[in-house]
Amino acid sequence: MKHFCIGLLWLASGALYAGPAAPRWGGELRFCVRADPKTFDPLLVDDQPGETIRYLTGGVLIRLNRATQELQPELAESWQVGERGRSIEFRIRQGAQFSDGSAFTAADAAYTLKTILAPGANLPAADAFSAGGAITVEQLTPDRVRLRFAKAMAGVERLFDQVVMVSSGWPASRRAETAMPVLGPYRVAEYRTGSYVLLRRNPHYWRTAEGGRRLPYIDAVRVVIQQNRSLELLRFMKGDIDLVDTLDPGDYEKLTRGGAWHAYDLGPGLATEQMWFNQRSAAPIPDYKKAWFQSRDFRAGISSAVNRADLARVVYRGRAVAAAGPVSPANRFWFDGRLPAPQYAPEQALSLLARAGFRRAGAALRDSGGHAVEFSIITNAGNRLREGAAAMIQEDLAKIGVRVTVVTLDFPSLVERITHSFDYDACLLGFSSVDLDPNGQMNVWLSTANAHAWNPEQKAPATAWEAEVDRLMAQEATEPSAARRKAAFDQVQEIAAREAPMLFLVYRHTLCAASDALRNLSASVLGPQLVWNVEQLYFAPERALEARR
Amino acid sequence: MTRARRAAAIALGAVYLVSLGASSLPHFDYARQFRDCVTAAPSLGHPLGTDELGRDSLARLLHASRVSLLLAPAAALLATAIAVAVGGVAGYRGGAWDALAMKTTDVVLSLPWLFLLLIARAWLPLTAPPWQTLVITFALLGCSGWAAPARVIRGAIRELRASDALLSAKACGYSPWRVAVVHVLPGLRAILLAQFLILIPAFILAEGNLGVLGLGVGEPLPSWGSLLRDLVNVPEVMERPWMLAPLAVFAAVTGCFYLLTSSGESI
Repeated sequence: MKHFCIGLLWLASGALYAGPAAPRWGGELRFCVRADPKTFDPLLVDDQPGETIRYLTGGVLIRLNRATQELQPELAESWQVGERGRSIEFRIRQGAQFSDGSAFTAADAAYTLKTILAPGANLPAADAFSAGGAITVEQLTPDRVRLRFAKAMAGVERLFDQVVMVSSGWPASRRAETAMPVLGPYRVAEYRTGSYVLLRRNPHYWRTAEGGRRLPYIDAVRVVIQQNRSLELLRFMKGDIDLVDTLDPGDYEKLTRGGAWHAYDLGPGLATEQMWFNQRSAAPIPDYKKAWFQSRDFRAGISSAVNRADLARVVYRGRAVAAAGPVSPANRFWFDGRLPAPQYAPEQALSLLARAGFRRAGAALRDSGGHAVEFSIITNAGNRLREGAAAMIQEDLAKIGVRVTVVTLDFPSLVERITHSFDYDACLLGFSSVDLDPNGQMNVWLSTANAHAWNPEQKAPATAWEAEVDRLMAQEATEPSAARRKAAFDQVQEIAAREAPMLFLVYRHTLCAASDALRNLSASVLGPQLVWNVEQLYFAPERALEARR
Repeated sequence: MTRARRAAAIALGAVYLVSLGASSLPHFDYARQFRDCVTAAPSLGHPLGTDELGRDSLARLLHASRVSLLLAPAAALLATAIAVAVGGVAGYRGGAWDALAMKTTDVVLSLPWLFLLLIARAWLPLTAPPWQTLVITFALLGCSGWAAPARVIRGAIRELRASDALLSAKACGYSPWRVAVVHVLPGLRAILLAQFLILIPAFILAEGNLGVLGLGVGEPLPSWGSLLRDLVNVPEVMERPWMLAPLAVFAAVTGCFYLLTSSGESI
């Protein structure tokens, strides 16, 4: 399944500055990604490795500072949102150049935006703009570009953090080539399939250090393709690579025991782990099960019987916190602190289930028709934490007489079941976040959306509360006032907590590690966690010299 | 029987006895989670420590051994039976039957069975209990593992067919059924036993591979595959070497099977 784009807010991205005085130039930064990038075309990228390469090589008009969570000018010197969110105008930075030395102009920006937003182009970057309806792009002057939206778009400026500018002089058919001119701190110098992507400094990168020398400090970045996380950890401990941006709790604990590195626990991250029941009316499952899953009391009862504190303590080794809703407390602005903290309460669970007609008969729980309550939870094979969580839920629910079968499936099979055949009872998955703004969650909360996991792509809202959520999300997406947007999205979170379409389980901590030789790190819960300010990173003197050798 | 093979047989018998006996004791509950005692080191209460969910590792190893050591021989028996049927027809009847049977074995040998097994696993009903899934997995392994033994058996039968004993039996007018049961099968006994014993560790390994891919037995039932999967995390194994116990038992059992089959003709 294409990753669910859940917008979440920021996080305790503690500034972990560790550097002394004068930055050193040179060296090669090395880290791993899980797979080969599918493409180098920045407008087509939709996979994690590709996004990492795009971040390191691409230039954007506005950049979200991962440490402060504020937007900052990048290739646009300034911008202005007008007409109550129906337009945005950019003033393009003068003197910026592509890696081939050609100038970046408003014509390039207009060309990029027109290419992305062209009707029928279906480029991944265009998804986020779909709420704006028909969009026109105009180049007003040699340094000004304006976008006009048919509908108001609240928080539209945040979307440009993901829109990489391309050269209007470079043929579209050659955008996937490594030689394509770029505006980011690095350019792709070499790619060996299954082995690595080597990036070298962009000699024309616009940002400069004190004294006017062009950044970045580090000469090259080697992005190593390594699928196996254990091997990645071993390579890190041996010093073959300089950082690991995603650690499992067990690996994090190992690294905290000492070594020439620093392991970071940044607190709750933006990702959530949740379970939901299949509520689709046309699903090929028995009618009595559909009745269970569509019952609010059933869902709330099951939710009360899950010991989230134990999940966080045992499976995640204390590196997670129990989840109350779709937005992590790390998302300081959008988190709804009024949501009740989830409680493990088997007695309350049985009481809620009794209200829905369920009764204990011996060891088993039965519905009013005498059916024993048993269902399967599917999850993706190979994720040990998720499998452990499923096993713990299985034991928790056994205590109230519910028999759960845990089924691990390869990812394509799982996606087929939850998006096409709908032949499943319950699913346990995590949602990752790439956007802080709740507009990024549209594809989850709207009843018509394809990622409305429990009952996707409804022609009309199946329940009154889903209709209300649709209304609130539409209001949130077009309301210019931040306070009113927050109030609307708080209501969405409260409805989600009350109706329990998804049982939010835990917010995982963001865990990462970096070599002690790396300076100027500012780890963030927002991706890319450790290299978001790559142009500012540098090595300690010894390491820079060693790398030069 | 040589001394080494006798020792292997005794060791295997001991593993069977312990896994069948001890895993029935209530103390050895493989699913119980001691949530305040996760990833514990070996102790009197948990002689092999506990896993990431606080489950007793010894109990899980014993149950896994029982599961794998019962189902793998059953699957091997199934595969050997199919191999006898296909190889027997090909070797005994010859001609078009032989050609058809050998073409079939070629096709079966060339199929990507791992992927077919993955597909089959994905098609199983989701609510099937873990033990049922495991039985079906081993049944599929049995149905897929007959091709190589069938070739061996076919070759052996072709040799037997030209033997004096068989020619005499045919000349006496015995029915093909009687010829097969009285004259052919006894002559194949050593080969069949060897093929059977070779398939057992192969199937255990295959289930282990599915387990390593995360597609083995469902929680909470343990199998050797699911236990071996824990060893993928090398740094953790280096810190907790007792996690290697399942691998040691697995290696010992596999070694015993190979020792028993190392000169199958004289068994």
